[in-house]
Amino acid sequence: MHELTIVLNIFEIAGNQLKEHQGNKIDAIELEIGLLAGIEMEAFHFAWNAALPGSVLEDCSLKINPVEAEARCRHCHLEYDVSSLYDACPGCGSFRSELIRGKDLRIQSLVIS
Amino acid sequence: MCSTCGCGHSDIITITRIGDEDNHEHMILNSNRNYSHQHHHEGVHDHAHGHSHEKTMVSDHHHAVQPHQTIVDLEMDILHKNDLLASRNRGYFEALQVLALNLVSSPGSGKTSLLERTLTDLGAEFNSFVIEGDQQSSNDANRIAETQVPVVQINTGKACHLDAQMVQKAYKQLSIVNQSLLFIENVGNLVCPAMFDLGETARVVIISVTEGDDKPVKYPDMFHSSDICIINKIDLLPYVQFEVEKLKEYALRVNPDLSFFETSATTGQGMDNWYEWLRTQQQNL
Repeated sequence: MHELTIVLNIFEIAGNQLKEHQGNKIDAIELEIGLLAGIEMEAFHFAWNAALPGSVLEDCSLKINPVEAEARCRHCHLEYDVSSLYDACPGCGSFRSELIRGKDLRIQSLVIS
Repeated sequence: MCSTCGCGHSDIITITRIGDEDNHEHMILNSNRNYSHQHHHEGVHDHAHGHSHEKTMVSDHHHAVQPHQTIVDLEMDILHKNDLLASRNRGYFEALQVLALNLVSSPGSGKTSLLERTLTDLGAEFNSFVIEGDQQSSNDANRIAETQVPVVQINTGKACHLDAQMVQKAYKQLSIVNQSLLFIENVGNLVCPAMFDLGETARVVIISVTEGDDKPVKYPDMFHSSDICIINKIDLLPYVQFEVEKLKEYALRVNPDLSFFETSATTGQGMDNWYEWLRTQQQNL
């Protein structure tokens, strides 16, 4: 259940930003979560809703932008979309690849009022 | 509840040097604050502020009264605080030329047995230090303490993984010396610890042959983030349906850079190769 840790990290960063900008509340937050970031979205939403009451994000709208995952084949250098950490290259069939996108776990923006 | 001092907080993390239990430290899950009683505690807070730009949606520059919103384009990694602390840990280990290994696995892979044997066999050759992570109990740390190696137990309470801050607090209790080995035995869990950099020199995933040989594709994140894979309990291979080559094939699909060791902490089989690797890594620091 590391999703709870992730949620608590978001709340902490948001709280610090609220203070830094001397705002009263956070109206909206936008996150970027990669397809292969290791986040189970159901667990994430469960943790989010559990941690929300009384927090700085209580009345805020949450937007999550999913990031597709992409790998580069070490053999033929083809870049291709992947849905797991072990998808074979569609060009040459090799499993030797680097993940180049899809592990993102980022707060993109906040709206503070 | 803390079994030593009786304090009760549901999210508490306890860090205890074995042999010096009265001087343990508490922290609260995922917090900057140290929750402490009469024990020592530093009030140092680590904040890192991301690089941010802001724009105000208000076009009215005539001050105050009207409601307005500020958009903060933060673009900050959610785990940046952990990653920052991990970098500091890494710098500390590098400065001391300490080989710091993060040992990860499911519960029951034989991590502690492997560690006990390693510490005993290399006792004359290296100064070693151990950080033990478990949700509860000091059983593993007590086993390690039997080998005369300094050990700190981190009880994570509800947390399912170690993080860089817990490790930092733990090694401060260890007085680690130059050119030593630091083994960090993570909480037995093949999922959550994968996300948390501790500042280790290398991550070692341990799998035993009593588990399925398809584990790398069932729990790919851990194999993807590891540098070394130890296949343990190989003395049991004649009794179980486990194909070492199949495991390696799956693991290499997930992470083509993984190196493997095949060991039995019980019989000692294969342990020399592991020790040789430790020597080489330590020398190359």
